[in-house]
Amino acid sequence: MTANGILQIALFFLVVLALTKPMGAYMAKVFAGERTLLHPALRPIEKAAYRVCGIDEAQEQRWTAYAGGVLVFSLVSLLLTYLIMRVQQWLPWNPQGLANVEQFLSFNTAASFTTNTNWQAYTPETTMSYFTEMMALATHNFFSAAVGIAVAIAFVRGFSRHSVKTLGNFWVDFTRSILYVLLPISIVVALALCSQGVIQNFSAYTKAATVEGAVQTIPQGPIASQEAIKYLGTNGGGFLNANGAHPYENPTPLSDFLEMVSIFLIPAGLTYTFGKMVKDTRQGWALFAAMSILFLAGVFVAYPSEQAGNPNLARLGIETRATAAQSGGNMEGKEVRFGIANSALFTVVTTDASCGAVNNMHDSLTPLAGLVPLINIELGEIIFGGVGSGLYGMLLFAVLAVFIAGLMVGRTPEYLGKKIEQKEVKMMMLAVMVLAFTILGFAAASVNLATVGKSLGNNGPHGLSEVLYGFTSAVGNNGSAFGGLSANTPYLNTTLGLAMLFGRFLMLIPLLAAAGSLAAKKQVPLSAGTFPTHGPLFVGLLVGVVVIVGALTFFPALSLGPVVEHFLMWQGRLWS
Amino acid sequence: MKQLFIAVKVTLLFTLVTGLAYPLVVTGLARVLFPHQANGSLVEPNGKPIGSSLIGQKFTRPEYFHGRPDGYDGLSSGGSNLGPTSQKLVDRVRDDANKFRAENPQASGPLPADLVTASGSSLDPHISPGAAEVQVARVAAARAFSPERLRQLVAAHTEGRTFGILGEPRVNVLELNLALDQAAPVHK
Repeated sequence: MTANGILQIALFFLVVLALTKPMGAYMAKVFAGERTLLHPALRPIEKAAYRVCGIDEAQEQRWTAYAGGVLVFSLVSLLLTYLIMRVQQWLPWNPQGLANVEQFLSFNTAASFTTNTNWQAYTPETTMSYFTEMMALATHNFFSAAVGIAVAIAFVRGFSRHSVKTLGNFWVDFTRSILYVLLPISIVVALALCSQGVIQNFSAYTKAATVEGAVQTIPQGPIASQEAIKYLGTNGGGFLNANGAHPYENPTPLSDFLEMVSIFLIPAGLTYTFGKMVKDTRQGWALFAAMSILFLAGVFVAYPSEQAGNPNLARLGIETRATAAQSGGNMEGKEVRFGIANSALFTVVTTDASCGAVNNMHDSLTPLAGLVPLINIELGEIIFGGVGSGLYGMLLFAVLAVFIAGLMVGRTPEYLGKKIEQKEVKMMMLAVMVLAFTILGFAAASVNLATVGKSLGNNGPHGLSEVLYGFTSAVGNNGSAFGGLSANTPYLNTTLGLAMLFGRFLMLIPLLAAAGSLAAKKQVPLSAGTFPTHGPLFVGLLVGVVVIVGALTFFPALSLGPVVEHFLMWQGRLWS
Repeated sequence: MKQLFIAVKVTLLFTLVTGLAYPLVVTGLARVLFPHQANGSLVEPNGKPIGSSLIGQKFTRPEYFHGRPDGYDGLSSGGSNLGPTSQKLVDRVRDDANKFRAENPQASGPLPADLVTASGSSLDPHISPGAAEVQVARVAAARAFSPERLRQLVAAHTEGRTFGILGEPRVNVLELNLALDQAAPVHK
């Protein structure tokens, strides 16, 4: 590690910390329906949208109707995306004349973008037209993010309200997420990225005659607009195959910094929004603290591992120490402008959140640095996490933490003045188990299939890691990959597509059910026996519960992949 | 059933707002504010594009600085995706390192890490200052140009960290080579 590398990481964390309160306070106002700075411009548009769509702003929904809204909207928008891909060659804005997308890949991609996963089994440059990118894929970057925020807000209402049956109106929360939060920030971020060199045009690909006389085809397209929401909405699907490693998606260290901040902006802000909504901001900061501890732990495993580099290359006379003139470390799959520190940091940020955009190729990470994203996703992407899904995921663990604390002292557990009883704990455990069961079940079944064996890009323990990473990423709705896995096959497109849908909706529905039951409960007054959930003791317990639940579930699989690869790499074992 | 109608209307309305209006607004603003960047930062010395200052291109001749061992194919961006225990990776790096040492007999000591590893995009426009330095002797000899003046040219095209903090120092290979052709043309 270098002093400058640590400084960059510290600067990033401080900027996120500084933005958490203003962002969170703003969102708290938006979802309470209070006036904000943007109201004069946006309120008329909001009202017009309700009128056009037939939404009654004042009508509240029970958890069942709220979940129904989420499901039916996701289904309709998924079908529209599938349809556009299947007929794109007859639609406009297709200067490269790209053909219609085949059915398995279209299903996989539609499921992927609907669930905020943005797993990409295709090469965008030669598969998706500008029309498809804008109207079928970028739209879901907004939609899936807005759904995530809406569900998180509804879940928090389960705690902040008492003795009521309703959680708010899904359509209203969704509309406000898009109009007041996602769209305005996206416009600002898109232009900032464009100033750095991210492209934004509708031209056909450029044919350049290079200095040495070759022809280089350079892709074009409306990228900046898509890039902004790709990070803000923790979506992560690239317009270009190399994603955030591509100079047109991420041209400078400043664009890289901005993109990483955009990933954490809303998830970090939502911890403060949560505190505001339950009228005790210390509760939000406690979650923020637990997330920060886990975030920094990940960074300071991944960064030193990448800087130590690959001993198999060091033996060939390659410099792995950082010097003033070069970065050293494991530069395979990394860009010079980002070097080791920014690549390791980006890897941790994008998998703490459910973003999945990459600025370096995860498949080429050293084993321990590749272990960090796997664990981050398997813990449930709760370290700031996806927009919305990070908050409701972390609250799930908070409930489990007070439940475990309650068991230890033999008291009925309470969280935020709500008694945590059988039904809530059952729903929470259901969500946790769905995650573990689908990741491990699909991965275990798949590694035994010959068809999956043919898709591997690397052999030995790294091959297992590729398959495990694929299903982890799909179920966790992350979307990053160990890209050596050739996932564009009917089997993998179908199973990964289903894994994404399970991972999203089988988590979201039990949580809304729990929120419904919590909202109906009476508020229990604080007493001397109440376990305070805003102090360091609780933060420590929460981190412990997260790590223990995750470790118990996934350690056996991880030890056969990245852990064993780490030891064998330092012994010099190679696989052809 | 009522929610289904709402869902259809919300999907269509917000597809138009976020999928059409939003990118068009950004395109309009970008065209006015940052036209060069929005169109790809193309390098067009004679009105025709010879590349983009953001996209690396392949250099193989001894009189040019070489980039990383990337494909530089604009239509298939992405990394090798070879893992750290891959025999293919180790073989490739060994071959590239041997080739580099044969072409640059003056290069001694360990080679800079970026010089023999493939990038994430396969279009990396940059090399580290160290990776430029080990090529100076070869380029100077091929152009019959003073190594000292060549080093000054490299230094002038070395970009430091943003605000002194962010990113890594780097040399844009295309820009450096174009400046080199101006300063010390190769006589054929």
